[in-house]
Amino acid sequence: MRFILNGEEREVRSAPLARLLDVLREECGLTGTKEGCGEGECGACTVLLDGAAVCSCLVPLAQTEGAVVTTIEGLGDDHPLQRAFMDEVGAQCGICTPGMILTALSLGPRPSPAKLRQGLAGNLCRCTGYEAIYRAIRAAT
Amino acid sequence: MLRDEQSLVPLAGATDLYVSLNAGTLEGRRFLNLWSLPSLRRIVLQGDTLSIGALATYSALITSRLVRARLPMLVQASRQVGGLQIQNRGTIGGNVANASPAGDTLPVLAAVDAIVVLGSADGERRVPFNGFYTGYRRTVRRPDELITAIEVPAVGGAQWFRKVGTRAAQAISKVVMAGVRGGAPRVALGSVAPVVLRLPGTEAALADGATIDEAVRTLETEIAPIDDLRSTAEYRRRVAGNLLRRFWADTAPA
Repeated sequence: MRFILNGEEREVRSAPLARLLDVLREECGLTGTKEGCGEGECGACTVLLDGAAVCSCLVPLAQTEGAVVTTIEGLGDDHPLQRAFMDEVGAQCGICTPGMILTALSLGPRPSPAKLRQGLAGNLCRCTGYEAIYRAIRAAT
Repeated sequence: MLRDEQSLVPLAGATDLYVSLNAGTLEGRRFLNLWSLPSLRRIVLQGDTLSIGALATYSALITSRLVRARLPMLVQASRQVGGLQIQNRGTIGGNVANASPAGDTLPVLAAVDAIVVLGSADGERRVPFNGFYTGYRRTVRRPDELITAIEVPAVGGAQWFRKVGTRAAQAISKVVMAGVRGGAPRVALGSVAPVVLRLPGTEAALADGATIDEAVRTLETEIAPIDDLRSTAEYRRRVAGNLLRRFWADTAPA
């Protein structure tokens, strides 16, 4: 299977029914994408697939041929969203953070409060109570 | 391929694949990948009929000008499926084929008398949506058929939709209702029986000018809710009646 991973063409050999989550973490060695539930309920495994936020724990590798995949690593080290999450303390344990940032990225510039709440409804956080996360995203977008 | 290997399970957005596999409830082990078939994603108007490709995702339905104009309650339903990540992958064809009694788009399609278009090597056939389910998670789709589109005739009247779940997102419904009021009222309910239901008795009562109390009593005879993981029969019965009252009050002529 061949897809574009964080801007570079990548060929992988995992099985067709392997979850994209596992392919990214294990075969590609990119452990920034986290597994929280394995059933698409928590959003910790969120990546961008052709620009759209999806749960990578639900995507079979077979459906990624030629797709553009973006993981948290694809943002580099100094993206405005990453800075804002640090400055606003939008991350405590950090397990939800990569998913939060990628989903936020997919919402485009300056999402309204309603669009932010709706857009992040599939990303659960057990630590922050969400307000700091919203502040971080507002600060960065 | 489906004709030759009938144990192949068609796979669209795959939002339920690993969930069922892990739960041991998925019978198939070999899958037919439908994800990259652009011809099944189209949303078009054919005369007065809205034709929605089976692979249209919830996100596509939400942003479609045609769906927003002609079937806004499908947009409402789609916005309440899971979260953004599920909406970006789940498809209307998958929701219909998966045949859960709690499927969020199902009452909408039932209330508007939609048509399911089935394609196979032998050609195409059309089945009324309100005839597609024969029992719990059972449909009339043959193993060699694919759902290719859902067709929705013009809807005359006000559309109404409400999903009651544990929370506003990422929840399977306890009760889900869709209604159309204009001429003869149409009411459909999910999560109160093994399949999505239309309520012919309740619809007739309302059309004949019964009081809403009488209509709710009729509704209670037409549903068969159970106690399960998510709710109780008693709660479902009560809330279904409340939803009928809300539907009737919200859509009353000004």
